[in-house]
Amino acid sequence: MVANSAGDGAAPAAVGAAPAMTGTTVAYPPLLQLRGVGRNFGPVQALIGVDLDIPAGQVTALVGDNGAGKSTLVKCISGIYQPSSGELRWKGNPVHIHSPRDATNLGIATVYQDLALCDNLDIVQNMMLGHEQLKFGILDEVSMELTAKQTLHDLRVTSVRSIRQPVGSLSGGQRQAVAVAKAVMLDARLVIMDEPTAALGVSQTELVISLIRRLADTGHAVIMISHNLNDVLAVADRIAVLYLGRLVGVGPAAEFDRQSIVDLMTTGASARLGNGHGSAAAIVPGARTGSEG
Amino acid sequence: MATKESGDLDREQQAGSVAVAGEPAAGAASVAVGAAPELLAQSLGEYGKIWLRRVRSGESGALPVVVGLIALGIYFQSSQSHFLSAINIFNLMGQAGWIITIAMAEACVLLLGEIDLSVGFNAAIGATVTAWMVSIHDPFPTAVAILAGLAVCAAIGAIQGLITVWLKIPSFIVTLAGLLGLNGVLIWLFEKTGNIGLGGVISLHNTFLFDLTTGEMTPATGWIVLVVGVVLGGAYVITRDQRRRRHGLVAPPLGVTLLKIVLAGGIGAALVAVLNVAGGVPWVVPIVIVLLGIMTIVLTRIRFGRYLYAVGGNAEAARRAGINLSRIRVLAFTFCGLLAGVTGILYASLLGSISTDFQGGQYVLYAVAGAVIGGISLFGGRGRMLGAVLGGFVVAVIYNGVDLLGLGAAGQYIWTALVLLAAVALDALARRGSTPA
Repeated sequence: MVANSAGDGAAPAAVGAAPAMTGTTVAYPPLLQLRGVGRNFGPVQALIGVDLDIPAGQVTALVGDNGAGKSTLVKCISGIYQPSSGELRWKGNPVHIHSPRDATNLGIATVYQDLALCDNLDIVQNMMLGHEQLKFGILDEVSMELTAKQTLHDLRVTSVRSIRQPVGSLSGGQRQAVAVAKAVMLDARLVIMDEPTAALGVSQTELVISLIRRLADTGHAVIMISHNLNDVLAVADRIAVLYLGRLVGVGPAAEFDRQSIVDLMTTGASARLGNGHGSAAAIVPGARTGSEG
Repeated sequence: MATKESGDLDREQQAGSVAVAGEPAAGAASVAVGAAPELLAQSLGEYGKIWLRRVRSGESGALPVVVGLIALGIYFQSSQSHFLSAINIFNLMGQAGWIITIAMAEACVLLLGEIDLSVGFNAAIGATVTAWMVSIHDPFPTAVAILAGLAVCAAIGAIQGLITVWLKIPSFIVTLAGLLGLNGVLIWLFEKTGNIGLGGVISLHNTFLFDLTTGEMTPATGWIVLVVGVVLGGAYVITRDQRRRRHGLVAPPLGVTLLKIVLAGGIGAALVAVLNVAGGVPWVVPIVIVLLGIMTIVLTRIRFGRYLYAVGGNAEAARRAGINLSRIRVLAFTFCGLLAGVTGILYASLLGSISTDFQGGQYVLYAVAGAVIGGISLFGGRGRMLGAVLGGFVVAVIYNGVDLLGLGAAGQYIWTALVLLAAVALDALARRGSTPA
């Protein structure tokens, strides 16, 4: 069932207390819970009362048109912005994430669209950047290479010829894989991926999609921002649709189809979604259906 | 006899990589796209094939500068038969010392994508401090004077680095101010030294400082140092490769490693033999090799060096990885200043004096030219300290060769300009040929 969570932005909504969704069994408790999260930029309300559960072991796709607030929401989670209202709960406990460093310490890793890799450094050096292993003050290349190798092996990233080749020589999908592996290696529990398949070819996209799947299968929570509905429908377990800063639809991916997502993204409502569900025919921002759980 | 000329360069190159054996991979040799052949080849033959393929695709590493040196050697030798004489090689080593270290100094900041225009006058300030401290009526111990000179230079570098990061001004401007300001400080210092620096010259009357470039070790010592260096370096590389293999990691084939060690030893032996004819290996040679070793460790074996390349390659990525960019920048400028201090002392040692006629504005151009000829990118992140050493040596060879030909200053400038352009053009063309897919 699609739950609408567009509240007034202040009080945590009553809905969404239970993570289980209609038709799916959620094997893990929600790792991260957003309750009434809002964010203003001066008079502009970029996010309004977002309630969202991010369960471990699942891929949550965050979709929305340009300016819908996807990036703002993700930045509130990754510590770049502070929410103006509402709260974040990590494993059930309220947390304040003041900086990207805080987010990293909690186990939240963000893979940015521009990947933030150093082309001149090799794969191992990039993956270990900022977390080098030392032995008597000297870089311990052997143990770093073993760590990196193991992580890539766990993610089944096998397409690179040598993990000592500079990242600049890799393909787009391989670079994405390195960026993800780097994030995972820091004991990340939640991996946020910003447009992971943008600008990738077909086979490269497949590589990244399977990588995302594997991340979720190994117990990580994954938030994926994407414009590409093919990829969203291919990999997401849950889909959350933002429209003008409000969460206008969230639920198991099976409950959405391409048209309903497009409707939600562009108008904030979808007539199609109600069909066959016997619930609210349209989800209008501001209206509360309370149909979740 | 041109091989001898190329020989001593290879020696420095090999000795550097043997003594330090810094990068187990393409990391430091980051000019290269694609993994180093060491890590792909299973045998000596395969290594050769992969190496050739990389050269053809534009990943030539230190090859152009070595080939360029051989060409210069052949040309100068054929025009002026003294060029490859033992005594001229001996002189060349002394002349090359300070040009190499100033190129190394500049390399520290070029790797960040920054530049230090004040490095020349910074060197002169350090040399003046040291020379003044050993020349006063009640002189300081030489070691104290040297350390004081180095400390002053490092501090000047650090201050310029701090200004750059605090005010977020391009280092070009900050160090341009440094170039002008330090030139003034140099003249002011000479005014303050009274009769010691009378006429704008402080002469060195200190044997130790003199001998740094003009003194030589006994022939026997030269051989001992060479053998010890090659054996220790070789042992280090072989045990390191074995450790990698033990952990199931790829390591260069033993044949390749042995070949490199033998090559380094052979070239070193040739150089020692030639220099011994002229009296012995000048101290400046081991000084430069040790500096190269230390700087290679700094750049490739400790965290600071890794971060230096990271910031030079992608500052935003480095920042997101939690690296303190300001700290790395200030440290890089400090290392630059420190090496400028070494440069000043080697320069004063070679000339036997330091004076207000010091051409600090011109020498900084040698520094940039040397580093760029050696393959250090002006845009940061790419290049190795070994490249700066080889590039600095090229500049010194031109300096020396053109001097022998009697072409004077005009010839020196034009030659350096042409070689610089050729090196950069070759690099640009090679990269165009190897645009990654």
